[in-house]
Amino acid sequence: MNNTVINIENAVVSYREDIALRGVSLRVKSGEFVGIVGPNGAGKTTLLTIVNGLGKLIHGQVQVLGHHVTPGSGHFLRKKVGYVAQAQNIDPRMPMNVREVVMIGRYGLLGLFRRPGEHDWKIVDEMLELVGMTHLARRPIGHLSGGEQQRVAIARCLAQEPELFLLDEPTASLDWRAKTDILELVRLIHDSRHLTTLFVTHDLSSLPVACDRVVLMKEGLIWGEGSPEAALTDDNLSQLYDMPLSAVKARRKEAILI
Amino acid sequence: MDLSILGYQFMQNAILSAVLGGIACGTIGVFVVTMHMPFIGVCMSHAAFAGALLGLWLGFNPLLGAFGVSLASAAVIGPLADRGELSPETSVGVIFSLMLGLAFLFMGLMPGTKSGALELLWGSILTNTRSDVILLGIVAAVVVGLVFLFYKEFQATIFHRDMARSVGIPATVMLYGILFLTGATITASLRSIGGLLIFSLILNPAAAAYQLTYSMKRMFLLSAGFAVLSGLMGLLMSYLFNIPSGATIVITSSAIFGIATFFSPKRKVKPWQKKPLVEEKQ
Repeated sequence: MNNTVINIENAVVSYREDIALRGVSLRVKSGEFVGIVGPNGAGKTTLLTIVNGLGKLIHGQVQVLGHHVTPGSGHFLRKKVGYVAQAQNIDPRMPMNVREVVMIGRYGLLGLFRRPGEHDWKIVDEMLELVGMTHLARRPIGHLSGGEQQRVAIARCLAQEPELFLLDEPTASLDWRAKTDILELVRLIHDSRHLTTLFVTHDLSSLPVACDRVVLMKEGLIWGEGSPEAALTDDNLSQLYDMPLSAVKARRKEAILI
Repeated sequence: MDLSILGYQFMQNAILSAVLGGIACGTIGVFVVTMHMPFIGVCMSHAAFAGALLGLWLGFNPLLGAFGVSLASAAVIGPLADRGELSPETSVGVIFSLMLGLAFLFMGLMPGTKSGALELLWGSILTNTRSDVILLGIVAAVVVGLVFLFYKEFQATIFHRDMARSVGIPATVMLYGILFLTGATITASLRSIGGLLIFSLILNPAAAAYQLTYSMKRMFLLSAGFAVLSGLMGLLMSYLFNIPSGATIVITSSAIFGIATFFSPKRKVKPWQKKPLVEEKQ
């Protein structure tokens, strides 16, 4: 209990007419790697946003790193929570290079009126090295491929020196090679830094094998959870994605062929 | 050329207005261009024009009216732009048309001669007073000072607002700050350039700078430089050929944009694009 870093109790979140979370409770322990799986519109991204304080609860409570997440504390907590979103469309003419974008991860920590120093640039360069992007450090950010931009997003997130690592569909719209590279990188980061990691995906082939636990979400609720072997059974997937059992089995076979 | 003209106060005021207004407009333009919100700026400049006419009609300081109404329009546009609740183009379009309608309504209701209103519409840098110059100086100093102080926060907000929020930067406050500074810059420059044309001096120099550099710091410098150059060149042409100054300033800034686009390195194949991938990885 003492090493619980995320404690969500009966969270309800609504966006205008749509209810995104209908009463979700979840506990995550320090150093745990949790995969959050479910179809589109299941509330997976919303779950991440209530952890980093960007989502607004209309009921329930969330405790992160020992602090209650409120509109007032969200700003402070976000400095400790690294967040990698889906690949974004970045203007190819954006006047910023890769190194500058990674430095943005340090800006929250630096606070107002302080400029990045030598120490901050050293951390940025180390993170670029870690994600294998040193050779593109001076390249304009808009000139990178989707996979490279996601590596930069991960480096930016690590430059923040976060205590929690949230990844929201980081491999969506990436090709197979880029997807594999990102998954391997996430695994490497989790293994080497023991960062508590929440990894959201709707695509089962993008779920890292390193997950300690898988949470299944559907229609704004946690529908099931357990170890990857226990949670991702044919029966569960069939009900989770509203697919006939035979179709799930067929998809599994195709996946094995890959 | 007879340089004795520089000894006259009206010309000194005009030159100072071109320099200070150029610095403020060019700096604000970087936000407008990189954050892809030119239509919001156009809307705010027309709101300022409508506010100034309201002031002229009701007999209070037109610049107060311009500032108030442009901020009011920003207060409506800001949440729409920030949350993306409605299609921004549609909602900003509705506000834009409302502002234009109000401007013409106030002009129609105004008794007597409309010369004051027309001056705000076209702008006349050569009639700027010392107090106009002081106002422009204050606005330029505030704009440049805030960009210098909060450069990293502005940079992150420009790059991606949601990402900036996710690292703990108050991106919504920064966005409203940008809209506030835009309103202040438009108001201070209204008399020099005119309500219909002011936005071109914000947009064109920054759009030209955007064509030429991948460095944000350099873009701020180039944009301010192009805006000052547009102001001075436009002023010179206005004086030499006795034509409206607002128009010559804007046409000069458009020409600078055309030249920058023609010579833009961003339109050419980059050195690294010529190299085979294998060579680059090594």
